[in-house]
Amino acid sequence: MQFVAQTERMTAAPVAGRRRWSRDAVGVILIVAAGVAGYFLFPDSLALLTRIIAVALLVLSLDLIVGYCGVASLGQATLFGAGAYAAGIACVNGVTEPLTLIAIGAVAGAAAGLVMGAIMLRAHGLAQLVLSIAIVQLAHEAANKASAYTGGSDGLAGLFVGPLFGVFEFDLWGQTAYLFGLSLLVAVFIILKFVVSSPFGMLCRGIKEDPIRIRAMGAFVFPVLLKMFVISGAVAGTGGALAAISTQVVGLDSVSFELSANALVMLVLGGLGTLYGALIGTVIFMGFEHVVSAINPFHWMTMVGALLIAVVLAAPGGLSDLLDQISAGKKRNSGGRP
Amino acid sequence: MSDLFRVENLSKSFGGLAVSRNISLHMPAGERLALIGPNGAGKTTFVNLVTGQLKPSEGRVVLNGEDVTGLGAVRRVRKGLVRTFQVTRLFSEMTPEEHVTLTVLQREGRASRILGRFHGNSAIADEVADLLGALGLTEVARRRVREIAYGQQRLLEIAIALALRPKVLLLDEPAAGVPSSETPRIEQALERLPPSLAVLMIEHDMDLVFRFARRVVVLAAGEIIFEGLPSEVAANDKVREAYLGNYAHARNVA
Ligand SMILES: Nc1ncnc2c1ncn2[C@@H]1O[C@H](COP(=O)(O)OP(=O)(O)OP(=O)(O)O)[C@@H](O)[C@H]1O
Ligand SMILES: [Mg+2]
Repeated sequence: MQFVAQTERMTAAPVAGRRRWSRDAVGVILIVAAGVAGYFLFPDSLALLTRIIAVALLVLSLDLIVGYCGVASLGQATLFGAGAYAAGIACVNGVTEPLTLIAIGAVAGAAAGLVMGAIMLRAHGLAQLVLSIAIVQLAHEAANKASAYTGGSDGLAGLFVGPLFGVFEFDLWGQTAYLFGLSLLVAVFIILKFVVSSPFGMLCRGIKEDPIRIRAMGAFVFPVLLKMFVISGAVAGTGGALAAISTQVVGLDSVSFELSANALVMLVLGGLGTLYGALIGTVIFMGFEHVVSAINPFHWMTMVGALLIAVVLAAPGGLSDLLDQISAGKKRNSGGRP
Repeated sequence: MSDLFRVENLSKSFGGLAVSRNISLHMPAGERLALIGPNGAGKTTFVNLVTGQLKPSEGRVVLNGEDVTGLGAVRRVRKGLVRTFQVTRLFSEMTPEEHVTLTVLQREGRASRILGRFHGNSAIADEVADLLGALGLTEVARRRVREIAYGQQRLLEIAIALALRPKVLLLDEPAAGVPSSETPRIEQALERLPPSLAVLMIEHDMDLVFRFARRVVVLAAGEIIFEGLPSEVAANDKVREAYLGNYAHARNVA
Protein backbone atom coordinates (compact mmCIF):
# COMPACT_ATOMS: atom_id res chain seq x y z
CA MET A 1 0.00 0.00 0.00
CA GLN A 2 2.76 2.36 0.97
CA PHE A 3 4.59 1.52 -2.22
CA VAL A 4 1.53 2.18 -4.34
CA ALA A 5 1.12 5.54 -2.68
CA GLN A 6 4.74 6.27 -3.40
CA THR A 7 4.62 5.58 -7.12
CA GLU A 8 1.30 7.25 -7.66
CA ARG A 9 2.61 10.31 -5.93
CA MET A 10 5.59 10.45 -8.21
CA THR A 11 3.63 10.26 -11.42
CA ALA A 12 0.08 11.50 -11.11
CA ALA A 13 0.50 14.66 -9.06
CA PRO A 14 2.53 16.73 -11.51
CA VAL A 15 0.34 15.61 -14.41
CA ALA A 16 -2.90 16.67 -12.73
CA GLY A 17 -1.33 19.95 -11.72
CA ARG A 18 0.02 20.61 -15.18
CA ARG A 19 -3.35 19.87 -16.78
CA ARG A 20 -5.03 22.45 -14.57
CA TRP A 21 -2.45 25.10 -15.39
CA SER A 22 -2.56 24.44 -19.11
CA ARG A 23 -6.34 24.69 -18.94
CA ASP A 24 -6.12 28.10 -17.35
CA ALA A 25 -3.44 29.17 -19.81
CA VAL A 26 -5.85 28.35 -22.63
CA GLY A 27 -8.58 30.28 -20.81
CA VAL A 28 -6.42 33.37 -20.50
CA ILE A 29 -5.42 33.15 -24.16
CA LEU A 30 -9.10 32.98 -25.11
CA ILE A 31 -9.87 36.05 -23.00
CA VAL A 32 -7.05 38.00 -24.69
CA ALA A 33 -8.18 36.78 -28.10
CA ALA A 34 -11.79 37.80 -27.44
CA GLY A 35 -10.62 41.18 -26.17
CA VAL A 36 -8.44 41.83 -29.22
CA ALA A 37 -11.21 40.64 -31.53
CA GLY A 38 -13.58 43.12 -29.87
CA TYR A 39 -11.07 45.87 -30.52
CA PHE A 40 -11.02 45.18 -34.26
CA LEU A 41 -14.65 44.15 -34.74
CA PHE A 42 -16.27 47.04 -32.87
CA PRO A 43 -13.93 50.02 -33.27
CA ASP A 44 -16.84 52.39 -32.80
CA SER A 45 -18.04 50.82 -29.57
CA LEU A 46 -14.85 50.84 -27.54
CA ALA A 47 -16.44 52.98 -24.84
CA LEU A 48 -19.09 50.32 -24.32
CA LEU A 49 -16.50 47.55 -24.36
CA THR A 50 -14.44 49.40 -21.76
CA ARG A 51 -17.53 49.78 -19.63
CA ILE A 52 -18.09 46.01 -19.95
CA ILE A 53 -14.55 45.41 -18.72
CA ALA A 54 -15.07 47.68 -15.71
CA VAL A 55 -18.29 45.89 -14.82
CA ALA A 56 -16.61 42.52 -15.43
CA LEU A 57 -14.14 43.44 -12.69
CA LEU A 58 -17.10 44.16 -10.42
CA VAL A 59 -18.70 40.81 -11.24
CA LEU A 60 -15.38 39.01 -10.74
CA SER A 61 -15.13 40.62 -7.31
CA LEU A 62 -18.64 39.43 -6.52
CA ASP A 63 -17.76 35.90 -7.61
CA LEU A 64 -15.00 35.86 -5.00
CA ILE A 65 -17.42 36.26 -2.13
CA VAL A 66 -20.55 34.64 -3.56
CA GLY A 67 -19.04 31.89 -5.68
CA TYR A 68 -16.06 30.99 -3.51
CA CYS A 69 -17.25 31.86 0.00
CA GLY A 70 -21.01 31.46 -0.23
CA VAL A 71 -21.71 34.95 1.11
CA ALA A 72 -24.55 36.48 -0.92
CA SER A 73 -24.40 40.22 -1.50
CA LEU A 74 -26.70 42.71 -3.18
CA GLY A 75 -24.46 45.63 -2.33
CA GLN A 76 -21.25 44.94 -4.20
CA ALA A 77 -21.39 48.29 -6.02
CA THR A 78 -20.41 49.88 -2.71
CA LEU A 79 -16.88 48.65 -3.35
CA PHE A 80 -16.98 49.58 -7.03
CA GLY A 81 -18.22 53.06 -6.14
CA ALA A 82 -15.56 53.48 -3.46
CA GLY A 83 -12.89 52.85 -6.09
CA ALA A 84 -14.57 55.10 -8.64
CA TYR A 85 -14.99 58.05 -6.29
CA ALA A 86 -11.55 57.66 -4.74
CA ALA A 87 -9.91 57.69 -8.18
CA GLY A 88 -12.22 60.49 -9.33
CA ILE A 89 -11.56 62.71 -6.32
CA ALA A 90 -7.82 62.04 -6.52
CA CYS A 91 -7.92 62.95 -10.20
CA VAL A 92 -9.67 66.29 -9.77
CA ASN A 93 -7.14 67.05 -7.04
CA GLY A 94 -4.25 66.69 -9.40
CA VAL A 95 -3.31 63.00 -9.42
CA THR A 96 -3.42 62.22 -13.11
CA GLU A 97 -1.16 59.21 -13.59
CA PRO A 98 -3.54 56.37 -14.62
CA LEU A 99 -1.78 53.50 -12.83
CA THR A 100 -1.65 55.55 -9.65
CA LEU A 101 -5.36 56.25 -9.99
CA ILE A 102 -6.06 52.54 -10.41
CA ALA A 103 -3.97 51.81 -7.31
CA ILE A 104 -5.91 54.45 -5.36
CA GLY A 105 -9.18 52.85 -6.50
CA ALA A 106 -7.99 49.41 -5.48
CA VAL A 107 -6.89 50.57 -2.04
CA ALA A 108 -10.15 52.45 -1.47
CA GLY A 109 -12.12 49.40 -2.59
CA ALA A 110 -10.12 47.16 -0.28
CA ALA A 111 -10.73 49.51 2.65
CA ALA A 112 -14.44 49.58 1.84
CA GLY A 113 -14.36 45.78 1.58
CA LEU A 114 -12.82 45.56 5.03
CA VAL A 115 -15.60 47.67 6.53
CA MET A 116 -18.36 46.00 4.55
CA GLY A 117 -17.08 42.54 5.40
CA ALA A 118 -16.72 43.36 9.08
CA ILE A 119 -20.37 44.44 9.12
CA MET A 120 -21.88 41.77 6.85
CA LEU A 121 -20.06 38.85 8.46
CA ARG A 122 -21.76 39.56 11.76
CA ALA A 123 -24.98 38.22 10.25
CA HIS A 124 -25.94 35.11 8.29
CA GLY A 125 -28.28 34.17 5.48
CA LEU A 126 -31.12 36.52 4.74
CA ALA A 127 -30.09 39.07 7.35
CA GLN A 128 -26.70 39.23 5.67
CA LEU A 129 -28.30 39.93 2.31
CA VAL A 130 -30.44 42.68 3.80
CA LEU A 131 -27.36 44.21 5.40
CA SER A 132 -25.64 44.33 2.04
CA ILE A 133 -28.59 46.23 0.56
CA ALA A 134 -28.61 48.63 3.49
CA ILE A 135 -24.91 49.29 3.08
CA VAL A 136 -25.13 50.15 -0.61
CA GLN A 137 -28.14 52.39 0.02
CA LEU A 138 -26.25 54.19 2.78
CA ALA A 139 -23.19 54.56 0.58
CA HIS A 140 -25.39 55.91 -2.21
CA GLU A 141 -26.95 58.44 0.15
CA ALA A 142 -23.57 59.42 1.52
CA ALA A 143 -22.22 60.01 -1.99
CA ASN A 144 -25.31 62.05 -2.77
CA LYS A 145 -25.02 64.19 0.38
CA ALA A 146 -21.28 64.79 0.12
CA SER A 147 -21.78 66.73 -3.10
CA ALA A 148 -18.87 69.04 -2.30
CA TYR A 149 -16.56 66.10 -2.97
CA THR A 150 -18.61 63.86 -5.21
CA GLY A 151 -20.67 66.29 -7.24
CA GLY A 152 -23.80 64.68 -5.82
CA SER A 153 -26.46 63.83 -8.34
CA ASP A 154 -24.68 65.83 -11.05
CA GLY A 155 -21.79 63.45 -10.82
CA LEU A 156 -18.11 64.14 -10.47
CA ALA A 157 -16.95 65.57 -13.77
CA GLY A 158 -13.82 67.16 -15.15
CA LEU A 159 -11.41 64.29 -14.71
CA PHE A 160 -8.32 64.92 -16.79
CA VAL A 161 -6.24 61.81 -16.87
CA GLY A 162 -2.64 62.01 -17.96
CA PRO A 163 -1.12 59.75 -20.61
CA LEU A 164 -0.43 56.12 -19.74
CA PHE A 165 3.29 55.60 -19.01
CA GLY A 166 3.59 59.26 -20.00
CA VAL A 167 3.17 58.22 -23.64
CA PHE A 168 -0.31 57.01 -24.57
CA GLU A 169 -2.98 59.71 -24.39
CA PHE A 170 -6.54 58.71 -23.53
CA ASP A 171 -7.92 59.45 -26.96
CA LEU A 172 -11.39 60.38 -28.12
CA TRP A 173 -12.04 56.92 -29.60
CA GLY A 174 -11.21 55.20 -26.36
CA GLN A 175 -8.50 52.99 -27.84
CA THR A 176 -6.04 53.59 -25.04
CA ALA A 177 -8.70 53.19 -22.39
CA TYR A 178 -9.88 49.92 -23.88
CA LEU A 179 -6.47 48.34 -24.26
CA PHE A 180 -5.52 49.58 -20.80
CA GLY A 181 -8.71 48.07 -19.37
CA LEU A 182 -8.19 44.79 -21.19
CA SER A 183 -4.64 44.47 -19.87
CA LEU A 184 -5.88 45.26 -16.40
CA LEU A 185 -8.62 42.66 -16.63
CA VAL A 186 -6.26 39.96 -17.84
CA ALA A 187 -3.75 40.78 -15.11
CA VAL A 188 -6.44 40.71 -12.41
CA PHE A 189 -7.88 37.49 -13.80
CA ILE A 190 -4.52 35.73 -13.69
CA ILE A 191 -3.89 36.93 -10.14
CA LEU A 192 -7.33 35.74 -9.05
CA LYS A 193 -6.75 32.33 -10.61
CA PHE A 194 -3.73 32.02 -8.34
CA VAL A 195 -5.71 33.29 -5.38
CA VAL A 196 -8.55 30.81 -5.76
CA SER A 197 -6.22 27.86 -6.25
CA SER A 198 -4.03 28.79 -3.28
CA PRO A 199 -4.48 27.15 0.13
CA PHE A 200 -6.50 30.23 1.06
CA GLY A 201 -8.82 29.71 -1.93
CA MET A 202 -9.32 26.09 -0.97
CA LEU A 203 -10.15 27.10 2.58
CA CYS A 204 -12.77 29.51 1.25
CA ARG A 205 -14.40 26.75 -0.78
CA GLY A 206 -14.51 24.63 2.32
CA ILE A 207 -16.12 27.43 4.31
CA LYS A 208 -18.71 27.85 1.60
CA GLU A 209 -19.80 24.24 1.87
CA ASP A 210 -19.48 23.66 5.61
CA PRO A 211 -18.05 26.17 8.08
CA ILE A 212 -18.54 23.73 10.97
CA ARG A 213 -16.26 21.22 9.27
CA ILE A 214 -13.67 23.93 8.69
CA ARG A 215 -13.73 24.85 12.38
CA ALA A 216 -13.42 21.19 13.31
CA MET A 217 -10.27 21.21 11.16
CA GLY A 218 -8.96 23.93 13.45
CA ALA A 219 -9.35 26.91 11.11
CA PHE A 220 -11.07 30.17 12.01
CA VAL A 221 -13.75 31.22 9.54
CA PHE A 222 -14.19 34.97 10.10
CA PRO A 223 -10.66 36.20 9.29
CA VAL A 224 -10.58 34.11 6.13
CA LEU A 225 -13.85 35.56 4.87
CA LEU A 226 -12.79 39.07 5.84
CA LYS A 227 -9.58 38.63 3.88
CA MET A 228 -11.63 37.65 0.83
CA PHE A 229 -13.79 40.74 1.28
CA VAL A 230 -10.65 42.88 1.19
CA ILE A 231 -9.40 41.17 -1.98
CA SER A 232 -12.87 41.45 -3.48
CA GLY A 233 -12.94 45.14 -2.60
CA ALA A 234 -9.59 45.72 -4.29
CA VAL A 235 -10.87 44.08 -7.48
CA ALA A 236 -14.17 45.98 -7.46
CA GLY A 237 -12.31 49.21 -6.68
CA THR A 238 -10.03 48.58 -9.64
CA GLY A 239 -13.14 48.26 -11.81
CA GLY A 240 -14.55 51.49 -10.40
CA ALA A 241 -11.32 53.36 -11.00
CA LEU A 242 -11.19 52.05 -14.57
CA ALA A 243 -14.74 53.27 -15.14
CA ALA A 244 -13.81 56.70 -13.74
CA ILE A 245 -10.68 56.99 -15.86
CA SER A 246 -12.28 55.83 -19.08
CA THR A 247 -15.51 57.87 -18.87
CA GLN A 248 -13.92 60.81 -17.03
CA VAL A 249 -16.99 61.15 -14.85
CA VAL A 250 -18.23 59.36 -11.74
CA GLY A 251 -21.98 59.20 -11.26
CA LEU A 252 -24.16 58.09 -8.38
CA ASP A 253 -25.14 55.04 -10.42
CA SER A 254 -21.67 53.60 -9.72
CA VAL A 255 -22.66 53.10 -6.10
CA SER A 256 -26.24 51.95 -6.58
CA PHE A 257 -28.42 49.04 -5.61
CA GLU A 258 -29.32 48.60 -9.26
CA LEU A 259 -25.73 48.04 -10.33
CA SER A 260 -25.26 45.65 -7.40
CA ALA A 261 -28.32 43.64 -8.35
CA ASN A 262 -27.34 43.57 -12.01
CA ALA A 263 -23.89 42.32 -11.06
CA LEU A 264 -25.46 39.44 -9.18
CA VAL A 265 -27.71 38.65 -12.14
CA MET A 266 -24.69 38.62 -14.47
CA LEU A 267 -22.85 36.30 -12.12
CA VAL A 268 -25.73 33.84 -11.85
CA LEU A 269 -26.18 34.03 -15.62
CA GLY A 270 -22.55 33.16 -16.24
CA GLY A 271 -22.14 30.72 -13.37
CA LEU A 272 -20.67 30.93 -9.88
CA GLY A 273 -17.29 29.96 -8.60
CA THR A 274 -15.28 29.65 -11.81
CA LEU A 275 -14.25 33.26 -12.56
CA TYR A 276 -14.91 32.46 -16.23
CA GLY A 277 -18.63 32.57 -15.52
CA ALA A 278 -18.30 36.13 -14.22
CA LEU A 279 -16.77 37.23 -17.52
CA ILE A 280 -19.20 35.33 -19.70
CA GLY A 281 -22.21 36.56 -17.72
CA THR A 282 -21.08 40.19 -17.92
CA VAL A 283 -20.45 40.09 -21.66
CA ILE A 284 -23.74 38.33 -22.43
CA PHE A 285 -25.81 40.53 -20.13
CA MET A 286 -24.35 43.83 -21.23
CA GLY A 287 -24.15 42.86 -24.88
CA PHE A 288 -27.76 41.74 -24.74
CA GLU A 289 -28.74 44.94 -22.93
CA HIS A 290 -27.03 47.01 -25.60
CA VAL A 291 -28.57 45.22 -28.57
CA VAL A 292 -32.06 44.79 -27.19
CA SER A 293 -32.34 48.27 -25.73
CA ALA A 294 -31.49 49.66 -29.17
CA ILE A 295 -34.30 47.63 -30.71
CA ASN A 296 -36.81 48.18 -27.95
CA PRO A 297 -35.75 50.65 -25.26
CA PHE A 298 -38.81 49.98 -23.10
CA HIS A 299 -38.83 46.23 -22.86
CA TRP A 300 -35.21 45.23 -22.79
CA MET A 301 -35.39 44.34 -19.12
CA THR A 302 -38.25 41.96 -19.92
CA MET A 303 -36.05 40.28 -22.48
CA VAL A 304 -33.20 40.01 -20.01
CA GLY A 305 -35.64 38.48 -17.53
CA ALA A 306 -36.71 35.92 -20.11
CA LEU A 307 -33.09 35.13 -20.93
CA LEU A 308 -32.29 34.66 -17.27
CA ILE A 309 -35.21 32.31 -16.72
CA ALA A 310 -34.22 30.30 -19.78
CA VAL A 311 -30.63 29.98 -18.57
CA VAL A 312 -31.56 29.09 -15.02
CA LEU A 313 -33.94 26.39 -16.22
CA ALA A 314 -31.69 25.00 -18.96
CA ALA A 315 -28.36 25.35 -17.14
CA PRO A 316 -28.70 25.85 -13.39
CA GLY A 317 -24.92 26.11 -13.12
CA GLY A 318 -24.87 29.10 -15.45
CA LEU A 319 -23.59 29.48 -19.01
CA SER A 320 -20.00 28.61 -18.13
CA ASP A 321 -21.17 25.30 -16.70
CA LEU A 322 -23.13 24.61 -19.87
CA LEU A 323 -20.00 25.24 -21.95
CA ASP A 324 -18.06 23.06 -19.54
CA GLN A 325 -20.48 20.21 -19.98
CA ILE A 326 -20.41 20.51 -23.72
CA SER A 327 -16.63 20.64 -23.91
CA ALA A 328 -16.07 17.98 -21.26
CA GLY A 329 -18.67 15.67 -22.79
CA LYS A 330 -17.97 12.11 -21.85
CA LYS A 331 -15.06 12.91 -19.56
CA ARG A 332 -17.50 13.92 -16.84
CA ASN A 333 -16.76 11.08 -14.49
CA SER A 334 -13.00 11.03 -14.72
CA GLY A 335 -10.86 13.68 -13.11
CA GLY A 336 -12.03 16.61 -11.03
CA ARG A 337 -12.88 20.06 -12.17
CA PRO A 338 -10.38 22.64 -10.95
CA MET B 1 -4.04 13.38 38.71
CA SER B 2 -2.04 12.55 35.62
CA ASP B 3 -5.03 12.21 33.32
CA LEU B 4 -4.53 13.56 29.85
CA PHE B 5 -8.16 14.48 29.59
CA ARG B 6 -10.89 15.05 32.13
CA VAL B 7 -14.50 16.12 32.13
CA GLU B 8 -16.05 17.32 35.37
CA ASN B 9 -19.76 17.56 36.11
CA LEU B 10 -20.71 18.47 32.57
CA SER B 11 -24.39 19.40 32.19
CA LYS B 12 -26.47 20.73 29.35
CA SER B 13 -30.16 21.32 28.84
CA PHE B 14 -32.07 22.43 25.80
CA GLY B 15 -34.96 24.46 27.12
CA GLY B 16 -36.24 22.31 29.94
CA LEU B 17 -34.78 19.08 28.60
CA ALA B 18 -31.63 17.94 30.37
CA VAL B 19 -29.58 16.18 27.71
CA SER B 20 -26.37 15.85 29.71
CA ARG B 21 -26.51 15.44 33.46
CA ASN B 22 -23.47 15.81 35.60
CA ILE B 23 -21.15 13.79 33.40
CA SER B 24 -17.65 13.18 34.77
CA LEU B 25 -15.07 11.17 32.92
CA HIS B 26 -11.32 10.87 32.66
CA MET B 27 -8.94 9.44 30.10
CA PRO B 28 -5.20 8.77 30.44
CA ALA B 29 -2.95 8.79 27.39
CA GLY B 30 -3.40 5.65 25.32
CA GLU B 31 -6.96 5.11 26.58
CA ARG B 32 -9.41 3.12 24.48
CA LEU B 33 -12.83 3.98 25.79
CA ALA B 34 -16.20 3.10 24.32
CA LEU B 35 -19.18 5.34 25.03
CA ILE B 36 -22.40 3.48 24.43
CA GLY B 37 -26.06 4.09 25.13
CA PRO B 38 -29.47 3.95 23.49
CA ASN B 39 -30.51 6.37 20.75
CA GLY B 40 -31.01 9.86 22.08
CA ALA B 41 -28.98 9.16 25.21
CA GLY B 42 -26.92 12.29 24.63
CA LYS B 43 -23.72 10.77 23.25
CA THR B 44 -23.30 13.17 20.33
CA THR B 45 -24.27 16.06 22.58
CA PHE B 46 -21.47 15.00 24.92
CA VAL B 47 -18.97 15.17 22.06
CA ASN B 48 -20.35 18.57 21.04
CA LEU B 49 -19.87 19.83 24.59
CA VAL B 50 -16.37 18.44 24.88
CA THR B 51 -15.17 19.84 21.54
CA GLY B 52 -16.83 23.22 21.93
CA GLN B 53 -19.58 23.04 19.31
CA LEU B 54 -21.99 23.49 22.23
CA LYS B 55 -21.55 25.45 25.43
CA PRO B 56 -22.27 23.49 28.60
CA SER B 57 -24.68 24.87 31.20
CA GLU B 58 -22.28 23.67 33.86
CA GLY B 59 -19.05 21.77 34.25
CA ARG B 60 -15.47 21.81 33.04
CA VAL B 61 -13.41 20.26 30.29
CA VAL B 62 -9.74 19.85 31.18
CA LEU B 63 -7.02 18.92 28.72
CA ASN B 64 -3.46 18.34 29.92
CA GLY B 65 -4.29 20.08 33.19
CA GLU B 66 -5.60 23.15 31.38
CA ASP B 67 -9.22 24.22 31.63
CA VAL B 68 -10.41 24.58 28.04
CA THR B 69 -14.11 25.11 28.82
CA GLY B 70 -13.90 28.78 27.88
CA LEU B 71 -12.23 28.13 24.53
CA GLY B 72 -14.04 27.90 21.20
CA ALA B 73 -14.07 24.82 18.98
CA VAL B 74 -11.15 25.99 16.84
CA ARG B 75 -8.79 26.55 19.76
CA ARG B 76 -9.67 23.19 21.27
CA VAL B 77 -8.79 21.47 18.01
CA ARG B 78 -5.47 23.28 17.98
CA LYS B 79 -4.81 21.99 21.49
CA GLY B 80 -5.38 18.43 20.32
CA LEU B 81 -9.03 17.78 21.08
CA VAL B 82 -10.35 16.37 17.83
CA ARG B 83 -13.59 14.70 16.76
CA THR B 84 -15.18 12.96 13.81
CA PHE B 85 -18.83 13.40 12.90
CA GLN B 86 -21.60 10.83 13.18
CA VAL B 87 -22.97 12.02 9.86
CA THR B 88 -19.92 12.73 7.70
CA ARG B 89 -19.17 16.38 7.08
CA LEU B 90 -17.04 16.46 3.97
CA PHE B 91 -16.71 18.70 0.95
CA SER B 92 -18.51 16.93 -1.85
CA GLU B 93 -16.54 18.48 -4.71
CA MET B 94 -13.13 18.00 -3.13
CA THR B 95 -10.99 14.91 -3.28
CA PRO B 96 -9.75 12.99 -0.20
CA GLU B 97 -6.29 14.23 -1.04
CA GLU B 98 -7.49 17.82 -0.97
CA HIS B 99 -9.27 17.31 2.33
CA VAL B 100 -6.20 15.94 4.04
CA THR B 101 -3.86 18.45 2.39
CA LEU B 102 -6.03 21.30 3.58
CA THR B 103 -6.05 19.84 7.08
CA VAL B 104 -2.28 19.42 7.22
CA LEU B 105 -1.77 22.93 5.83
CA GLN B 106 -4.04 24.23 8.55
CA ARG B 107 -2.14 22.35 11.24
CA GLU B 108 1.08 23.89 9.94
CA GLY B 109 -0.50 27.34 10.01
CA ARG B 110 -0.32 27.70 6.25
CA ALA B 111 -3.92 27.21 5.19
CA SER B 112 -4.78 30.89 4.77
CA ARG B 113 -1.81 31.72 2.59
CA ILE B 114 -2.63 33.41 -0.67
CA LEU B 115 0.85 33.07 -2.06
CA GLY B 116 1.97 29.53 -2.54
CA ARG B 117 0.42 26.60 -4.25
CA PHE B 118 -1.96 24.18 -2.66
CA HIS B 119 -0.06 21.08 -3.78
CA GLY B 120 3.31 22.79 -3.84
CA ASN B 121 4.98 21.28 -0.77
CA SER B 122 6.47 17.83 -1.19
CA ALA B 123 6.87 17.12 2.53
CA ILE B 124 3.16 17.75 3.00
CA ALA B 125 2.32 15.71 -0.10
CA ASP B 126 4.30 12.81 1.38
CA GLU B 127 2.50 13.04 4.70
CA VAL B 128 -0.89 13.20 2.97
CA ALA B 129 -0.08 10.20 0.79
CA ASP B 130 1.06 8.21 3.83
CA LEU B 131 -2.09 9.04 5.78
CA LEU B 132 -4.36 8.16 2.89
CA GLY B 133 -2.37 5.00 2.37
CA ALA B 134 -2.69 4.02 6.02
CA LEU B 135 -6.47 4.26 5.73
CA GLY B 136 -6.62 2.46 2.40
CA LEU B 137 -7.73 5.52 0.48
CA THR B 138 -4.88 5.71 -2.01
CA GLU B 139 -6.95 4.48 -4.92
CA VAL B 140 -9.66 7.08 -4.43
CA ALA B 141 -7.32 9.88 -3.38
CA ARG B 142 -8.14 11.92 -6.46
CA ARG B 143 -11.82 11.15 -6.82
CA ARG B 144 -14.40 13.64 -5.71
CA VAL B 145 -15.84 12.71 -2.33
CA ARG B 146 -19.36 12.46 -3.68
CA GLU B 147 -18.16 9.73 -6.02
CA ILE B 148 -16.62 7.47 -3.39
CA ALA B 149 -18.29 4.84 -1.19
CA TYR B 150 -19.72 5.83 2.17
CA GLY B 151 -17.34 3.53 4.00
CA GLN B 152 -14.45 5.36 2.38
CA GLN B 153 -15.95 8.68 3.39
CA ARG B 154 -16.00 7.46 7.00
CA LEU B 155 -12.34 6.51 6.70
CA LEU B 156 -11.63 9.96 5.32
CA GLU B 157 -13.27 11.48 8.42
CA ILE B 158 -10.72 9.56 10.47
CA ALA B 159 -7.88 10.56 8.16
CA ILE B 160 -8.75 14.23 8.59
CA ALA B 161 -8.86 13.84 12.36
CA LEU B 162 -5.48 12.08 12.41
CA ALA B 163 -3.96 14.73 10.15
CA LEU B 164 -4.54 17.16 13.01
CA ARG B 165 -2.21 15.06 15.23
CA PRO B 166 -4.74 14.86 18.07
CA LYS B 167 -4.02 14.03 21.67
CA VAL B 168 -7.61 13.07 22.35
CA LEU B 169 -9.74 11.67 19.56
CA LEU B 170 -13.51 11.38 19.80
CA LEU B 171 -15.03 9.10 17.18
CA ASP B 172 -18.78 9.45 16.81
CA GLU B 173 -20.01 6.13 15.43
CA PRO B 174 -17.19 5.62 12.92
CA ALA B 175 -18.86 2.54 11.46
CA ALA B 176 -22.43 3.85 11.27
CA GLY B 177 -24.00 3.39 7.87
CA VAL B 178 -21.09 1.35 6.61
CA PRO B 179 -21.95 -2.00 5.02
CA SER B 180 -20.62 -4.88 7.14
CA SER B 181 -18.34 -5.91 4.30
CA GLU B 182 -16.44 -2.68 4.80
CA THR B 183 -16.27 -2.57 8.61
CA PRO B 184 -13.03 -4.61 8.81
CA ARG B 185 -11.27 -1.74 7.05
CA ILE B 186 -12.44 0.66 9.72
CA GLU B 187 -11.53 -1.72 12.49
CA GLN B 188 -8.09 -2.11 11.03
CA ALA B 189 -7.74 1.65 10.97
CA LEU B 190 -8.77 1.83 14.62
CA GLU B 191 -6.21 -0.82 15.58
CA ARG B 192 -3.47 1.18 13.93
CA LEU B 193 -4.18 4.43 15.74
CA PRO B 194 -1.10 5.84 17.49
CA PRO B 195 -0.75 4.02 20.85
CA SER B 196 -0.33 7.17 22.93
CA LEU B 197 -3.54 8.70 21.58
CA ALA B 198 -6.51 8.70 23.94
CA VAL B 199 -9.54 7.51 21.99
CA LEU B 200 -13.20 7.69 22.89
CA MET B 201 -15.44 5.82 20.51
CA ILE B 202 -19.20 6.00 20.35
CA GLU B 203 -20.50 2.86 18.72
CA HIS B 204 -23.66 0.77 18.55
CA ASP B 205 -21.99 -2.32 17.14
CA MET B 206 -21.13 -4.24 20.31
CA ASP B 207 -18.77 -6.63 18.56
CA LEU B 208 -16.71 -3.68 17.50
CA VAL B 209 -16.91 -2.20 20.99
CA PHE B 210 -15.66 -5.39 22.59
CA ARG B 211 -12.72 -5.73 20.28
CA PHE B 212 -11.75 -2.10 20.63
CA ALA B 213 -12.42 -0.93 24.16
CA ARG B 214 -10.54 -1.45 27.38
CA ARG B 215 -13.18 0.46 29.28
CA VAL B 216 -16.86 1.08 28.62
CA VAL B 217 -19.07 3.95 29.75
CA VAL B 218 -22.82 3.68 29.35
CA LEU B 219 -24.91 6.80 28.95
CA ALA B 220 -28.69 6.77 29.34
CA ALA B 221 -30.95 9.81 29.40
CA GLY B 222 -27.92 12.07 29.69
CA GLU B 223 -26.45 10.30 32.69
CA ILE B 224 -23.59 7.87 33.15
CA ILE B 225 -25.17 4.70 34.51
CA PHE B 226 -22.20 2.40 34.18
CA GLU B 227 -18.47 2.60 33.96
CA GLY B 228 -16.24 -0.44 33.89
CA LEU B 229 -14.71 -3.29 31.98
CA PRO B 230 -16.27 -4.52 28.75
CA SER B 231 -16.74 -7.95 30.34
CA GLU B 232 -18.93 -6.47 33.06
CA VAL B 233 -21.22 -4.29 31.01
CA ALA B 234 -23.61 -6.86 29.59
CA ALA B 235 -24.25 -8.37 33.01
CA ASN B 236 -25.16 -5.04 34.58
CA ASP B 237 -28.82 -4.71 35.52
CA LYS B 238 -29.02 -0.96 35.10
CA VAL B 239 -27.60 -1.24 31.61
CA ARG B 240 -30.05 -3.95 30.64
CA GLU B 241 -32.86 -1.85 31.99
CA ALA B 242 -31.71 1.21 30.06
CA TYR B 243 -31.81 -0.66 26.82
CA LEU B 244 -35.17 -2.23 27.79
CA GLY B 245 -34.34 -5.24 25.76
CA ASN B 246 -34.73 -3.32 22.51
CA TYR B 247 -31.04 -3.47 22.01
CA ALA B 248 -30.32 -6.78 20.39
CA HIS B 249 -26.53 -6.61 20.54
CA ALA B 250 -26.49 -6.14 24.29
CA ARG B 251 -28.25 -9.44 24.71
CA ASN B 252 -26.18 -11.21 22.13
CA VAL B 253 -23.08 -10.84 24.19
CA ALA B 254 -24.74 -11.55 27.52
N1 LIG C 1 -29.73 21.38 19.35
C1 LIG C 1 -30.64 20.64 20.03
N2 LIG C 1 -31.78 21.23 20.49
C2 LIG C 1 -32.69 20.51 21.18
N3 LIG C 1 -32.56 19.21 21.47
C3 LIG C 1 -31.45 18.58 21.04
C4 LIG C 1 -30.44 19.25 20.30
N4 LIG C 1 -29.46 18.37 20.01
C5 LIG C 1 -29.86 17.20 20.54
N5 LIG C 1 -31.04 17.31 21.15
C6 LIG C 1 -31.73 16.24 21.86
O1 LIG C 1 -30.85 15.72 22.82
C7 LIG C 1 -31.04 14.32 22.92
C8 LIG C 1 -29.71 13.62 22.75
O2 LIG C 1 -29.30 13.73 21.42
P1 LIG C 1 -27.91 13.12 20.92
O3 LIG C 1 -27.81 13.42 19.46
O4 LIG C 1 -26.83 13.60 21.78
O5 LIG C 1 -28.14 11.57 21.14
P2 LIG C 1 -27.22 10.35 20.77
O6 LIG C 1 -26.96 9.60 22.02
O7 LIG C 1 -26.03 10.79 20.01
O8 LIG C 1 -28.18 9.48 19.86
P3 LIG C 1 -27.87 8.58 18.57
O9 LIG C 1 -27.44 7.26 19.07
O10 LIG C 1 -29.16 8.51 17.87
O11 LIG C 1 -26.83 9.27 17.79
C9 LIG C 1 -32.08 13.92 21.90
O12 LIG C 1 -33.30 13.78 22.57
C10 LIG C 1 -32.11 15.09 20.95
O13 LIG C 1 -33.39 15.23 20.42
MG1 LIG D 1 -25.34 10.53 18.12
